[in-house]
Amino acid sequence: MKIVRIVLGSCLLAAGLSLAAKEAAPEAADPALEARMVRITSELRCLVCQNQTIADSNASLAVDLRREARALIKQGKTDAEVVDYMTARYGDFVLYRPPLRATTVLLWFGPPLMLAVGGAVLVVVLRRRSRMAADAFDADDEIADEAGAVDAALASANAGTPGPR
Amino acid sequence: MKRLWFLIPLAAFLVLAVVLAVGLNRDPREVPSPLIDKPAPKFALARLDDAAKTVRLDDLKGKVFILNVWASWCVACREEHPVLLDFAKKRVVPVYGLNYKDTRPDASAWLARFGNPYDASFFDEDGRVGLDFGVYGVPETFVVDGNGVIRMKHIGPITPEVLANKIEPLLKKLDA
Repeated sequence: MKIVRIVLGSCLLAAGLSLAAKEAAPEAADPALEARMVRITSELRCLVCQNQTIADSNASLAVDLRREARALIKQGKTDAEVVDYMTARYGDFVLYRPPLRATTVLLWFGPPLMLAVGGAVLVVVLRRRSRMAADAFDADDEIADEAGAVDAALASANAGTPGPR
Repeated sequence: MKRLWFLIPLAAFLVLAVVLAVGLNRDPREVPSPLIDKPAPKFALARLDDAAKTVRLDDLKGKVFILNVWASWCVACREEHPVLLDFAKKRVVPVYGLNYKDTRPDASAWLARFGNPYDASFFDEDGRVGLDFGVYGVPETFVVDGNGVIRMKHIGPITPEVLANKIEPLLKKLDA
């Protein structure tokens, strides 16, 4: 059992490593710097392939921006300053987490607002219904009569024809 | 009045549908540049045709000009090239080229083959100046006014329509 676990574990590890190898290859010698650069750039959108981050895109623009990020970190810039470098050139669009601004209020609070409105409507409707008398939920007389007529018609039709084979 | 309340969800749905339809029909590739109405980034680059001559942004100031980012490897640049050549012939404003991440032999051969609309091209080998201008998809075109402020950016090839509807009216406004 233990051997199976080890084999399985190493297979998963190998698969994980080979997946990681397909991402853009890190090239700096300094692993700490590289890790910091990757952490910052994985929050930033690559403008060429817009659904990839700058950290894992292989587009030449992303390669250049990673190089710039590395250089800025080496100059002793803070994470925020590196992000500012990007937004100064490409705008808030590069940020995967858009900042809270007058123009993004709806983006941030729209969904909770809609949920709250929907919830309020639901509560009002349910409370109104709970106050209704039980017979309000019975079928209307007219409909009940029609349903009865349909049943009767079906019954007589079935009576005249042979049953299913 | 109360009878019409059931229409509220329908109205809300229609509003949402219109908003989403507008959003879906926008081109996500056209990212608004934060550099519009900001001073153009300073640069100092060698000319494409003369590596010994350095051109600075300050050398170009004082006159409205167009800066077109191009490269010999850029397919869409060929598409806009005839439009640019025609425009340059009119001599309305100087047209400069930013030769982005290219090699000198390739770029020079490209100009020799397709024609040279540029008053001068600047050689941005590693694309750093391009980055400062927020370039992400060549070709891109900037209109810079006499004070060195970027007034317009167009992403993608210039078409006669873009020239007639966007660039030329702006140039007229800037009195170039």
